[in-house]
Amino acid sequence: MSAEQHTNTPSVRRSRSWATAGRYFLLLLVAAISVGPILWELSTSLKSKAEDVYSQTPSLLPQHPTLDNFSEVARAVPIYHFAGNSVTVAVMQIVGNLLGATAAGYALAKLQFRGRKLIFGLFLSTLVLPAEATIISQFQTIVKLGLGDTLVGVALPGLIGAINVLLLRNAFMAIPEELDQAAIVDGANVWQRFRYIALPNVVGTLAIITILTFIGAWDDFLWPLLVLQSPDKLTLTVGLAYLQGTFVNDPRLVAAGAMIALVPILVIFAVLQRYFFRGVGEGAIKG
Amino acid sequence: MVRTHRWFTPWIMVLPALVILCVFALWPAVNTFFLSFTDVRTLSGGTIVGLDNYRKLVDDPQLRAALVNTVVYVVVCVPLLTFLPLLLAILAEKPLRGLAIFRTIFYFPVIASAVAVAVIWKFLLDDRGLINGWATHAGIIQDAVPFLSGRWLLLFSAISLTVWKGLGYYMVLYLSALGNVDPQLHEAAAVDGAGPIRRFWSVTVPGVRRTMVLVAILVMVSAMRIFTELYILGGKTGGVGGQDVSVVFLIQSSASGADGRLGYASALSVLLFVMTLPPMALLARFNRKVDE
Repeated sequence: MSAEQHTNTPSVRRSRSWATAGRYFLLLLVAAISVGPILWELSTSLKSKAEDVYSQTPSLLPQHPTLDNFSEVARAVPIYHFAGNSVTVAVMQIVGNLLGATAAGYALAKLQFRGRKLIFGLFLSTLVLPAEATIISQFQTIVKLGLGDTLVGVALPGLIGAINVLLLRNAFMAIPEELDQAAIVDGANVWQRFRYIALPNVVGTLAIITILTFIGAWDDFLWPLLVLQSPDKLTLTVGLAYLQGTFVNDPRLVAAGAMIALVPILVIFAVLQRYFFRGVGEGAIKG
Repeated sequence: MVRTHRWFTPWIMVLPALVILCVFALWPAVNTFFLSFTDVRTLSGGTIVGLDNYRKLVDDPQLRAALVNTVVYVVVCVPLLTFLPLLLAILAEKPLRGLAIFRTIFYFPVIASAVAVAVIWKFLLDDRGLINGWATHAGIIQDAVPFLSGRWLLLFSAISLTVWKGLGYYMVLYLSALGNVDPQLHEAAAVDGAGPIRRFWSVTVPGVRRTMVLVAILVMVSAMRIFTELYILGGKTGGVGGQDVSVVFLIQSSASGADGRLGYASALSVLLFVMTLPPMALLARFNRKVDE
């Protein structure tokens, strides 16, 4: 190989190690830009009252790190209760999608019935609608159902996502037809084939949908902002906007609130990122 | 396919998803058009008012500002978020020790809650925040730069935040595209004496051209849908003069409150839909081609 010969000459090796050093420098620079603001806020959330967070020569490391801000912010607004509300919405949507999107995806992929193509087309067609363009009518429906200002009202429109139905349909389509045929010969009915043949083959997709749904519910802002009014019902993002927008003037407390909204999601992501990047690739092409 | 199930079994499986789809996606798509011709409010019925809401749209000075902002947002974001993530992907593509950690870090802003990161940026850009404090200390500026109250400065602060938050997402789209570019093309170009910049334009860019188009369309649509950045950085009034707003911002502000004007908000929604229709149609055509 000619490339192998190149690597053996000292000058090429030297210029290559310079290139590697240059790449590391640029990667570190972008990493600093990406995570710097978050680290700065983390540091602010750990600074004590004695330390000036507006100092002209601020220090990234807190002089006397303290967790006081995390308990004090809860005295200003019930921030942990808000976090619980976000989890409630996320759990409802995860359960709804795992049951509803899985069943619908399976029927569309593996069962023959009249109207199948039409229904598939309906799911596909909604992807061109920007969510914000239908939000007002959704809001009216939720209010008419008596679900305004409730967490169920926040969760309901996202209970079974069209994109998840389509992702699961694709996953089920990838299962070889022979597996189904063999099971039919063995006398398995449709529910048995669904449970014992199809489901074990789409566990990866189910994991991706679970992660994406959790993050989506946790980060969502516009919809819960519209639906919720009572201060005890807010989800975390709406509560955080409320915290920083109104009466709290201490940046340390706002920083603590921001960290409560950020840290769980970053930890979940860092642990599960392998699944995650695959999911983004699959979702983006259709999204 | 042999049919081995009763006729209603598939319907039982599809029904829950179909109900949600009809009630919260298909019906609202139709109903928004109806509502835009009424003066419906959150808690009261309302009557048909014809084109009144649309006439009000034309006269709404805040909407005019919102449309100008949308154009600026699209014009600035599309080139930045089409090229910067590509450069980042090139940087993060070839194997290197610790690369997975870098990719994960680059993705942090993407999965972070938009509200939380906007709150962080607000603190950094504050008159007494880190950036103004540092620049004053270093003697670069005398007085604080009003990042959060200047009409255009606030808009560009929001745009910077959007670009910062979007880099990692589009980088991932490019990473898979770069994997499909034949490395022999690069080698051949290098043998012919093409430097890195020349190879970027004549090998990399043509190789990922389709992804670049996809990214440009996605960025354009999301720039039209901007909301959270402006709402947190500028507050619910939309900046000091109420000029730092977007179409979605106005949909939210006119619909919120116990007596929200849903009719007017619906007319704004129709406008948003019409704006995003051309890029969305392009995207749908694009996806069909990819599938073939």
